[in-house]
Amino acid sequence: MKDDLVNQRVRAPKSQTVRTVEAIQYAKARGETVTLTVDGNPVEVPLGTTVLEAARKLGIRIPTLCYHDDLCLAGVCRVCVVEVVGQRTLQAACSYPITAPIEVRTHSPHVRRARRHIIDLLLSEHYGECYTCNRSVGCELQALAMEYGVDFFRFGRLARPRYEIDASSHSVVRDMNKCVLCRRCIRTCIDLQEVGVLEAIGRGNRTKVSTFLDKPLADVICINCGQCINRCPTGALRANDPTDDVWAAIDDPSKHVVIQTAPSPRAAIGECFGLPPGKALTFELNTALRRCGFDKVFDTNFAADLTIVEEGTELLLRLKRALAEGDKSVALPQFTSCSPGWVKYIEHFYPDYLDHVSSAKSPQQMFGALLKTYYAETNRLDPRDVVTVALMPCSAKKFECNRPEMCASGYKDIDYGLTTRELAKMIREAGVDLPRMPKSEFDDPFGTATGSGVIFGATGGVMEAAIRTVLELVTGTKIEDLYEHADVMPVRGFDGARYAELPIRAVGPVPPLVENLFADWDWLRGATLKVGVCHGTANAMKVMENIKAGGRFSQCHFIEFMACPGGCLGGGGQPTPTNPEIRAARANAIYAEDRSYEVRKAHENPAVVEVYRRFLTGGPCGPKSHKLLHTHYTPRGKYIA
Amino acid sequence: MLLTERERLREELIALADQFGRQRSSLMPILQEVERRHFRISEYCMQVIADLLDLHPVEVHSVVSFYSFLDESPRGQFVIRLCRTITCEMAGKDHVARQLENDLGITFGQTTPDGKFTLQWANCLGMCDQGPALLVNDQIFTRVTPERVHGILQECRQTFGVHAVAGAKER
Amino acid sequence: MTSPTTMGKLTFDAVSPGVGLKAALAQPAAAVLDRIAASGLRGRGGAGFPTSVKWSMAAEADEADKYVVCNADEGEPGTFKDRVILSEFADLVFEGMTIAARVIAARKGIVYLRAEYSYLRRHLESALASRREEGLLGKRIGGKEGFDFDIEIHMGSGSYVCGEETALIESLEGHRGEPRNRPPFPIDTGYLGHPTIVNNVETFAWVVCILEKGAEWFKSHGTVKSTGHKLFSVSGDCSRPGVYEFPMGITVAELLEEVGGQGAKAVQVGGASGQCVPASQSDRTIAYEDVPTGGSIIIFGPKRDMLEVARNFLEFFVDESCGQCTPCREGVPKLLEGVQMLQQGACSMAYLKELCSLGETMRLASKCGLGQSAPNAFVSIARDFQDEILGRTGFGRRNGSDG
Repeated sequence: MKDDLVNQRVRAPKSQTVRTVEAIQYAKARGETVTLTVDGNPVEVPLGTTVLEAARKLGIRIPTLCYHDDLCLAGVCRVCVVEVVGQRTLQAACSYPITAPIEVRTHSPHVRRARRHIIDLLLSEHYGECYTCNRSVGCELQALAMEYGVDFFRFGRLARPRYEIDASSHSVVRDMNKCVLCRRCIRTCIDLQEVGVLEAIGRGNRTKVSTFLDKPLADVICINCGQCINRCPTGALRANDPTDDVWAAIDDPSKHVVIQTAPSPRAAIGECFGLPPGKALTFELNTALRRCGFDKVFDTNFAADLTIVEEGTELLLRLKRALAEGDKSVALPQFTSCSPGWVKYIEHFYPDYLDHVSSAKSPQQMFGALLKTYYAETNRLDPRDVVTVALMPCSAKKFECNRPEMCASGYKDIDYGLTTRELAKMIREAGVDLPRMPKSEFDDPFGTATGSGVIFGATGGVMEAAIRTVLELVTGTKIEDLYEHADVMPVRGFDGARYAELPIRAVGPVPPLVENLFADWDWLRGATLKVGVCHGTANAMKVMENIKAGGRFSQCHFIEFMACPGGCLGGGGQPTPTNPEIRAARANAIYAEDRSYEVRKAHENPAVVEVYRRFLTGGPCGPKSHKLLHTHYTPRGKYIA
Repeated sequence: MLLTERERLREELIALADQFGRQRSSLMPILQEVERRHFRISEYCMQVIADLLDLHPVEVHSVVSFYSFLDESPRGQFVIRLCRTITCEMAGKDHVARQLENDLGITFGQTTPDGKFTLQWANCLGMCDQGPALLVNDQIFTRVTPERVHGILQECRQTFGVHAVAGAKER
Repeated sequence: MTSPTTMGKLTFDAVSPGVGLKAALAQPAAAVLDRIAASGLRGRGGAGFPTSVKWSMAAEADEADKYVVCNADEGEPGTFKDRVILSEFADLVFEGMTIAARVIAARKGIVYLRAEYSYLRRHLESALASRREEGLLGKRIGGKEGFDFDIEIHMGSGSYVCGEETALIESLEGHRGEPRNRPPFPIDTGYLGHPTIVNNVETFAWVVCILEKGAEWFKSHGTVKSTGHKLFSVSGDCSRPGVYEFPMGITVAELLEEVGGQGAKAVQVGGASGQCVPASQSDRTIAYEDVPTGGSIIIFGPKRDMLEVARNFLEFFVDESCGQCTPCREGVPKLLEGVQMLQQGACSMAYLKELCSLGETMRLASKCGLGQSAPNAFVSIARDFQDEILGRTGFGRRNGSDG
């Protein structure tokens, strides 16, 4: 399937580093091996392996800064230089492919001096205000300085900041005074995400990472995915932090502060407290949040289930128009809308396809809309006094909750979006030791969730949840009878873009939930549901180009798009560092949580059923849910005003 | 800028892209041609070029900002580049520099208010045996003395009428 | 407007275009390569990589698309011989490129001409046009079936680092002129990912001479490791500046005598990225094995302030560094700061030593030749002119007190 996407769009070569990687991989493909020695230890590696990889294989640590597991090679910081015997100069271990039986020395006097000098030089231009820096302790530059015993500023230091901080964006704050020009953010933005907001501007020591014509981030085509934050080694990039406002709301007795927690942060927040990746702290977190002073703690999964019912119904409606009524104007495939990074991406890059995007709001926003209406009414609260906070793995959610259209009830659906990192800080500030908290349940009425909502956090999760519900609604057969344990394996995995076909062999009676919308399912009998899943906007671009070119993905009925690599669990609000292993561990935690639920299908969530019975009386996609739970999009285009 | 003017500029850039090709390696020739015709590469041009070559605007900006012969902000019809390398310095470039500043009423890095002259430093013009050297657009002057500065500027002003044909399109 | 700058007779004057190419076409490509190898010709841009080795590696590459690139981005301070070659012997350069194309089986050649030389473009284009008319470029060159090759001119846009071959290729591809990681080398993964040889203007011209006059003739001049003649761009404090042809291995003293630079305090060999040779070492030879150069010779008379020289060169590098790698981007400004401190008499001996040690780090750890050679001038001046640069103004005396 992946091959189908290669060369789908002939894009000009990007950073030179991509080609280096390709050259290395080309050598590897030849399958020959070579034996080299690193500090006297022999090791056999495939031809084209980098010195860094070879050293790691031997357990020898070579410090790195501009290197990142997720990114193509740059070889610009030179922190990883090593001596290759016989070479006139030192070589960057991260980008030196082994093509001969070489002898490498990783800590010879020359190497140690060079590394120390390089760190000293970086420190001389880094506005290091470590006390007040949010990356302090987690900062890779700080760690390097400690590792190399930096005890004075050999080449001086900056007395005052040089650049103004760009806090224009709701999501990402840029403080270029702390930038060390490792260019990880550039490679993230251009190569990994294909968004292309950041590049190196100028040359020499005037080089800086900047946006198009140095415009504020809010004015350029940033999709707010925050992947650059996750990969910044210093505090130069961070999320726009609303914790002070959240504390103020908590401290205001007239405010009723409710927080919803999404599954991905719950699976990752332990990393902020020293736990290994892959340990979910869902119920410990509930206790911690109450101790922080939140009035109610709800589970975003409830809203995720609601989203599945709305979005699934919307899909069935589109399919009915297209398949049963033969309406050619129906926009298919339908695209998911729960990733706000993806939504902004398509608004900028493929505005012509906005009618494909499900009009259903994301779970975060649906939840907020219900909290300010249904919840406020039933609890006799003035919506004005309800403050809605969302714990999300995401920096784009901060932008999303500030979209002007997201206040159908007359009030902002969500007042504040918090990232995993920010909430960890709040919990620490409250003196709460999260991992040692006793477990406690979510609050009613939105505490019941299903496994479907949980897996939203992993790539393919929304699709899997939708399939569970749609197939069961249509076939009348338990999904467990179609897929073992209700695990829809065809859509799982970490491949960038995936395609699956799900045959609908038999149809059942129309269930009561949607009986006002559909008379029967006969038009679906024998049909094959074609679905696609992709994560990371670079893959999203490939899928979109495939659709434009009439490729396989254009035949899909439903495609899940996630802006972040790995899905929400790799979101821009998640703890740093990030790499494929960490993301896989988080995914395991999420799927384990899914399996622990008794109810694993969205439409069976009793709280969801209750909401449709008592409040959204028009049913899924009915008038009331349309007003509160659905939205519209803005064709923004690529041009920057 | 008027919409029609933008449209005309867009047409012009499309023609350039057709002439040089729409691969990335055409970026430099296109930028050089735009610079030659318009004395700058404007924000709008960068975006259109990015669009035509399937790049991100910031990538075009990044390239423009790297090269000293490409300008984001408008420069004069005549760019005077005075060589500041050691041999020209030894030959007395400082006096020439001061005379240029005096005659033009601007300092290095600036453009005269009438948009005719921009004064810039250059790194080695390759005239080390005949310094001080300066380059006016693509015309080289060697063994420049402060006394010659006035004449060189006059020469430019006289050719201005001829050169101005392509100019003043997008100021 | 420019006066002629060639001094004395050059070998190139006596070489007639066409002869070398005819010789190259008369024998198999491997034989041409053997002859260049026998001559011992090394790159005339300054790095001195053996030309035949570069060409044979590109020749071995099994790819249909290969490129011959002529590096005419002559930006090294004090170098102007390529300008002279391009204006007076363009035919030799194009012929050398054509021979290279024959050797490595390339079909396309590119001259990367620096923006500062844009006034040469028209002349070069017309030289190319007449070669096309004569059948020396285009299809079936010299009547040889299957030998198609043409050359186009690509303009630079004002960046010294683009003289570094991988940066030049980046620039050709429409990127910032930032040097690449090596390996892979251009001979393997060059322009647009295809095998590419990048050679200096002068190197191509010498190839033609070697084919006309023979490898033995070439080898009979120069030293064992640095064979042949070379063009030198001589400027600074001497009575006869200009472009000279000297055999490799000439001593600094001999050269000074030839150009009327006797009594010089120091000679900068190799431009801003080269070494500063003090008069006391004027018996040193200009050759790849001793003091290498791309041809730049700048002579400093007894009254010149060596700190000013260092300052000028470092300002040049601050401006021209690509800004990619840490040692060069941050190191060069630190050295410049050091020079300013020395000028104010505010640099301690300990800090000067620290800066020289930083220079060593830059030489070893920078990504490309620019960063690796940027500290050369500073380090050699700091080493050989300590008497002159230290103790400019005593500590505290800048404020008027006589402490």
